[in-house]
Amino acid sequence: MLKKIASGPYLVWILLFILIPILMIAFFGMVRIDPETGNYFFTSDNFKRVFEGVYLSVWTRSIFIALKATFICLVLGYPMAMILSRMDVKYRTIAVMLFVVPMWMNFLLRTYAWMTILGKNGVLNKILTFFGLPQMTFLYSEGAVLLGMVYNFLPFMVLPIYTVLSKMDNGLIEAAEDLGANKFNSFRKVILPLSIPGIVSGISMVFMPAVSTFVISNLLYGGQYMLIGNLIEQQFLVVNDWHFGSAISIILMIIILLTMAIMNHLSGNDPEDGGANLW
Amino acid sequence: MVNKWIKRIYTAMMFIFLYAPIAVLIVFSFNDSKSTAKWEGFTFEWYQALFDNSYIMKSLYYTILVALVSAALATLIGTFAAFGIYYMKVWKQKLVLNVNSIPMLNPDIVTGVSLMTLFVAMNIQLGLMTMIIAHVTFNIPYVVLSVLPKFRQMPGELMEAALDLGATPWYAFKKVILPEIKPGIITGALIAFTLSIDDFVISFFTTGSGVSNLSIAIYSMARRGIKPEINALSTLMFGSVLVLLLIINKRTKIEDI
Repeated sequence: MLKKIASGPYLVWILLFILIPILMIAFFGMVRIDPETGNYFFTSDNFKRVFEGVYLSVWTRSIFIALKATFICLVLGYPMAMILSRMDVKYRTIAVMLFVVPMWMNFLLRTYAWMTILGKNGVLNKILTFFGLPQMTFLYSEGAVLLGMVYNFLPFMVLPIYTVLSKMDNGLIEAAEDLGANKFNSFRKVILPLSIPGIVSGISMVFMPAVSTFVISNLLYGGQYMLIGNLIEQQFLVVNDWHFGSAISIILMIIILLTMAIMNHLSGNDPEDGGANLW
Repeated sequence: MVNKWIKRIYTAMMFIFLYAPIAVLIVFSFNDSKSTAKWEGFTFEWYQALFDNSYIMKSLYYTILVALVSAALATLIGTFAAFGIYYMKVWKQKLVLNVNSIPMLNPDIVTGVSLMTLFVAMNIQLGLMTMIIAHVTFNIPYVVLSVLPKFRQMPGELMEAALDLGATPWYAFKKVILPEIKPGIITGALIAFTLSIDDFVISFFTTGSGVSNLSIAIYSMARRGIKPEINALSTLMFGSVLVLLLIINKRTKIEDI
């Protein structure tokens, strides 16, 4: 009996606060209110608008900048993960921990820190002046947003790859080298293919928050810069067009869930331990 | 040999990249000037200003309150949920766990706006209550996923044995099951607490009428430019993170022995 009722409150909770809210925005996305009668009517306008003109360019911009951030994180993060996994055990725990510490700092503070560095009177410009170089505007540019993304999400790339690499059987690499593979080939044919699950989860853990952020873009670029997250925020909090906002949210959700499903399939991961293996 | 040096320089550059922004905040939190342009001498002025800032102090209070309440609720509901899920039929288990993973996979902003839509449509005033509900919602899945494996590791039919020996179901749960799953519960509660402390996006959409947490306070202050009080706050938060990590590190070492 206890077994049956134990999950009762939980089931009610996820029904009320996970499933119903999503069904609601799905519904809101499919309807509009008739201004004369005040009744809902079904329409595909909201969803059509999501991919029209200006909004289409918001999608491409978001996806593009998120892809760039993911790529930079991968290029910077993979060597770092490799170095960490090869470190002497004595230093390794400390090094990995030092890598995690900034992640524990509040996300907003980490982004805010770059405002003080990149700003007009910021530290970077001070350094430039010190060397007699002209001042530059770093803040409020796409580069600043990209930098903010890389800074915030880099550990999400390094950690999963590090986990895979540090669990890898060293015998395999030795075997490859015994059989005549040089360093490059043993990397290309042994290490890289075996680390794919780590790469895949790193990619999705960077891409996902990068594509849906509105904080980094708002703080490091300002209000004029539109990413998909900013668009949703604006529809809900400024323009008050909840129907259009809901439609964008649903599309974003579908894109993310599909990417995750494909990624999981690619890496052969068990979906159940999907996002949780970081812990 | 060259290789070794390249590795060292690369590692050093990475750590500089990670820590430089934090170092800048810490240094300027002691700067006797409103701008980050110049070092004007040492001061504790901004720490004073921080503690005098009632908006930040109130947000700190709400942050801790929401984190404690939501972590406690999520741990309670999630632990019993894991118990129930463990004994479910396989297809049901799969279904529930799939729904369970929605808030973990979904972008925060979608979770945020969907909850906001629910609350507004139900005519529930946005505020402390709705923020707590939202936090419990995104915390529960993590509790379930950290407790459930403990059930799976438990020797099978432990519950049945206790029941056969005459324990009531509740007594069996308390005396037999609970000790087995305790590490999972503690992990779950800790994850829930830290996630709640750190959350911005979901809180941003589900709160209202003067209730804000630290993240929201930082966001609204940072949007208006650089504030030295935030530097002071960062320094304090970084300090507490370090202390916390040291404690956790020590604790796990003791557990290892």
